[in-house]
Amino acid sequence: MTGRGVTLSIEGLSVQLPAGAERSEAVSDVTFQVSPGELLCLVGESGSGKSIIAQTVMGLLPRHVRPVGGRVLLEGEDLLSAKPERLRRLRGGKMAMVFQEPMTALNPLMTCGAQLEEVLAQHLNLSSAERRVRVLEMLERVRLPEPRTLQRAYPHQLSGGQRQRIMIAMALSLKPALLIADEPTTALDVTTQAEILKLLRELQKESATAVLFITHDLSVVSEIADAVAVLRLGRLVEMGRVRDVLDRPQHPYTQTLLGAVPSMTPRKAPLGREAPIQLRTRSLTKVFDDGGFLRKSRRVVAASEVELQVRRGETLGIVGESGSGKSTVARLLARLLEPSGGSVQLDGVDVTRLTGASAHAFRRKVQIVFQDPYRSLNPRRTVGAAVAEGPRNFGATRAVAWKRAEELMQLVKLPVAALHRYPDEFSGGQRQRVCVARALAVQPEVLIADEAVSALDVSVQAEILRLLEEIQQRLQLTVIFITHDLRVAAQICNHVAVMYRGRVVEEGPVGEVFQSPKHDYTRALLAAAPGRRISFERPT
Amino acid sequence: MGATTLVLLALASWCAPWLTSADPTLLDPANRDLLPGTMGLLTLSSGETVPHLFRLGTDSYGRDIFSRILYGGRVSLVVGVAVAMLSLGAGLALGLFAGYLRGVDLVLMRVMDGLMAIPGILLAVSLVALWRASIWTVIIALTIPEVPRVVRLVRSLVLSIREEPYVEAAVAVGTSTVNLLVRHVLPNTLAPLIVQGSYVCAAAILGEAILGFLGVGIPPEVATWGNLMAEGRVQFNQYPHAVFFPGIFLTVAVLAVNLLGDGLRDTLDPRFSRRGWQ
Repeated sequence: MTGRGVTLSIEGLSVQLPAGAERSEAVSDVTFQVSPGELLCLVGESGSGKSIIAQTVMGLLPRHVRPVGGRVLLEGEDLLSAKPERLRRLRGGKMAMVFQEPMTALNPLMTCGAQLEEVLAQHLNLSSAERRVRVLEMLERVRLPEPRTLQRAYPHQLSGGQRQRIMIAMALSLKPALLIADEPTTALDVTTQAEILKLLRELQKESATAVLFITHDLSVVSEIADAVAVLRLGRLVEMGRVRDVLDRPQHPYTQTLLGAVPSMTPRKAPLGREAPIQLRTRSLTKVFDDGGFLRKSRRVVAASEVELQVRRGETLGIVGESGSGKSTVARLLARLLEPSGGSVQLDGVDVTRLTGASAHAFRRKVQIVFQDPYRSLNPRRTVGAAVAEGPRNFGATRAVAWKRAEELMQLVKLPVAALHRYPDEFSGGQRQRVCVARALAVQPEVLIADEAVSALDVSVQAEILRLLEEIQQRLQLTVIFITHDLRVAAQICNHVAVMYRGRVVEEGPVGEVFQSPKHDYTRALLAAAPGRRISFERPT
Repeated sequence: MGATTLVLLALASWCAPWLTSADPTLLDPANRDLLPGTMGLLTLSSGETVPHLFRLGTDSYGRDIFSRILYGGRVSLVVGVAVAMLSLGAGLALGLFAGYLRGVDLVLMRVMDGLMAIPGILLAVSLVALWRASIWTVIIALTIPEVPRVVRLVRSLVLSIREEPYVEAAVAVGTSTVNLLVRHVLPNTLAPLIVQGSYVCAAAILGEAILGFLGVGIPPEVATWGNLMAEGRVQFNQYPHAVFFPGIFLTVAVLAVNLLGDGLRDTLDPRFSRRGWQ
């Protein structure tokens, strides 16, 4: 029943989860096909089963998870009934995979060249000289500069984008019929992501490989997909050509997903001059000095001469890619790090010089919410203990602190009973609500959100953003929002500051910066943002 | 399973007076070197004679080996537990300081490196020479070389925990350093520490036996497994049971403690429990 022109055909696939998991099947009755030269995007939020499908195809499922129904055909050959030995031949040969995290997917103790050669040695009968030539060809093919140098380099000596190129080179080295890419650009910066997506697309067109591309990011889908399949809780809810699905989504879930993607169009005007300046930095600088004892010292300038100002009740976005110094600035503002130079002024008072009791009092005024909701709550303390800790530190009695914690639970829309439970009973979005509650517990004037929504699914992200906005309105908070996501910045900021290599390269009202960027880097950043072709306007 | 065996051993030595009627220190020249399972007449210190089954035989002084093993178990277990507690306590306090206060770290860790270089047995020999041989000397002698290992473990745990965002978050809400250590860092070091403690305990039981065997531990008249084996060694060719039985108990006890440690690691380490599948 499978035609000649289909590379991968999945027919009624069901995969069972071990007893005790949230649902009995990770994937239920999923059917789709990928043809040669076609790129199918499998889209879904975390837990939708998209990675399970990839693992099933590759025969790499965890031990307790097993397929219970359906067929997986690779060029007509059933993979589910294939022997392990045969699967091993197929992997790398006919199908290959690119993973999310290129650092952990490469062996840190082998040079990139050696790892590429290993793949060739496994599957082909080539002399080592021939292999080396092939490796150089492969490195050139993925457009890596200086292939000869890179061949001898170890993974840690390369950037994330370069490592992902090596992974792609490795995956495509044997000209597989099917390439599975599992969130290959999620760990990368936007500008790198744009390059990798372009490369994947070009290589795929050259060799007519069928690609199964797994992602949670609809804007990435709009950039590269031919076809889209939307997964929700293990079921396929919608499938079709990319234009049809993104422009005229049929299923309500797809509509919700699309609606949750923030628009690139800035919404907010800057606040007027009458609002007083609450927080201001003057040539704020942070230099990390590493070692120096018995080894060469390394100096990293994480923030250099940073000048920012935020008016009361305003939202300032600090945008930039990883390593741009935006998180360092956040920590300097919250005084979790001591600056190497410059000053931070809160209501005109230089807070970098505060000591003792006045430094303690400052802690109350500036609060921070971190990126990773799974690690920013102590796993051995209840939510209530976490939220009440701040007020207790500032002298509130146990009863008063607890009362405050209960109020905050209502503010962040969690049940009061949640206070008695431990963090691991909550989802990422709920944990992030707890983190917001903890930060608000000491009644701060400034709230710093350091990539506070980056680790969340789009629909959850939208909820948290809405919550933050609501709280800001109600409590008249000043918010400093740090993000790499320009869409998020466009939605909630009045002002933005663009950081690049420790410096603020551009700063201004969000509308101006997004519509007429002045600095080259800002322009590059905006151009690299995926999904600009579709607007993702909210229906409202 | 480790726990069950250990509880049985602890109970047996705790209840030693009720499990055996023979005084472990009672010398009886009439019953020297009896084989296991021999019935004999036991002359009590009051002069009476009572029939008694020497389950595991007697040693060259005519003392009942079964009862000596049970009483010896008390010493071994006490030494094991005491060494584990002491080294965990000291290691925890020093490790927390070293991990959290940069300045202390460098000095303290070099001192610990120095301590680690001292061979435990030699240290014990010199301590016993310095003071007198007693259970406390042995405990201290066994604790000192264990402490640096625990400190290293705690320090490495603290170093990784202090980088966790939840610690940073606690600093941000104004938590003092003491509270930070006690409420946030300490509870998260406990699980691996308890596991380490069980291994320390096993090592200490063995260490005590080694010291006893070498004759530098607890005074020879006190029944301990090491002492029993040391005494039995002299007549090993004729009466191997005098070495074997305490040896078996020792092996079982150490094995049980190690099994307990593995079990604890599996249950306490979140990577092994709960998140079996993700």
